[in-house]
Amino acid sequence: MLGLGVDRLQADINRLLASLFHQGVLDEQFLQLQQLQDETSPNFVYDVINIYFDESEKLLRNLRLLLMDREFSDYKKIGLHLNQLVGSSSSIGARRVRNVCVAFRSASELSNRPGCLRGLEVVEHEYHYLKNMMHELFQLEQQRILAAGVRYPM
Amino acid sequence: MARDGGVSCLRRSEMMSVGGIGGIESAPLDLDEVHVLAVDDSLVDRIVIERLLRITSCKVTAVDSGWRALEFLGLDNEKASAEFDRLKVDLIITDYCMPGMTGYELLKKIKESSNFREVPVVIMSSENVLTRIDRCLEEGAQDFLLKPVKLADVKRLRSHLTKDVKLSNGNKRKLPEDSSSVNSSLPPPSPPLTISPESSPPLTVSTESSDSSPPLSPVEIFSTSPLSSPIDDEDDDVLTSSSEESPIRRQKMRSPGLD
Repeated sequence: MLGLGVDRLQADINRLLASLFHQGVLDEQFLQLQQLQDETSPNFVYDVINIYFDESEKLLRNLRLLLMDREFSDYKKIGLHLNQLVGSSSSIGARRVRNVCVAFRSASELSNRPGCLRGLEVVEHEYHYLKNMMHELFQLEQQRILAAGVRYPM
Repeated sequence: MARDGGVSCLRRSEMMSVGGIGGIESAPLDLDEVHVLAVDDSLVDRIVIERLLRITSCKVTAVDSGWRALEFLGLDNEKASAEFDRLKVDLIITDYCMPGMTGYELLKKIKESSNFREVPVVIMSSENVLTRIDRCLEEGAQDFLLKPVKLADVKRLRSHLTKDVKLSNGNKRKLPEDSSSVNSSLPPPSPPLTISPESSPPLTVSTESSDSSPPLSPVEIFSTSPLSSPIDDEDDDVLTSSSEESPIRRQKMRSPGLD
């Protein structure tokens, strides 16, 4: 008999995912990623999301450096970075991050510096929220796998 | 973004634990297998498209720029084409927006080459711009996929591809052993991955069989929703195409339970 913890953890995972979908943090594309995970690629979702985190943090760092520079004027570069972020966020189903990046991009297209600074803050906020949620999800998943491995003697 | 951009992105990413794939598959390719060249400057997108293609039984070479694609195809200089007798590319799928050389420019170069002009080229783009789509189709693109690319898109491509390759197998590439290429029977496209949301909970791969199948989770309910009706997204001011038969199928996000 499997540990009862498995069902409980699975319910927690489902609840968290349902909440993230309901909030619009994640969208259908995230489900697509899950469909790409199987025995031949059992950690696919985890791996892709972590690569997304690495890439995004580089971009966010660059964006902050650019905007913090008092002599900043390269809005085009901001736009290019944001295109990357919009694209990759969309590819993994990070809907809210994608949307706030689009809004940020609009500000950059208008060469609106205060708008860009605000936009960056919002993106950073949404990004970190997503990251925390993903970590929670992965932790629950990890626990579930461990719990599923426990066999109670009958 | 600085990137050393090798031929296969999986070489750089040690985190990827995809079974058996550690680098470029440079061994002579199995004639029966579909080989796809994927071009995208985004690492995340490369990984996703590569996985989408592998899961539909394709061999994949992923590169991060149009230049690398041309390099891979041997179109970047005056190298003797004899070297490419064993290079078999059945499909080229490329992002449109890339720094340096756009997907459109890559498309043109491929269509200009004698060795590869018959190879179908598919363009991917996150923007549903009709003029862009038209331009690509006019230049000879086989299809235009709206990003984010979904499994259904790739399966559809794959099924068309098998038909084409089967029909023109002898013509597509110059190979020393012509007999094997003409008679190679490609299996009908059957997706190895059966999407049955009821069978396994999301995010988990249970290697041991559960005693009881888990109840249908809210997430599983989402994934069983029919994907047939695109929803208008107020964010975009672009045209909607609702026909599933048209190559430009606009994949819209479903927000279950939201607004």
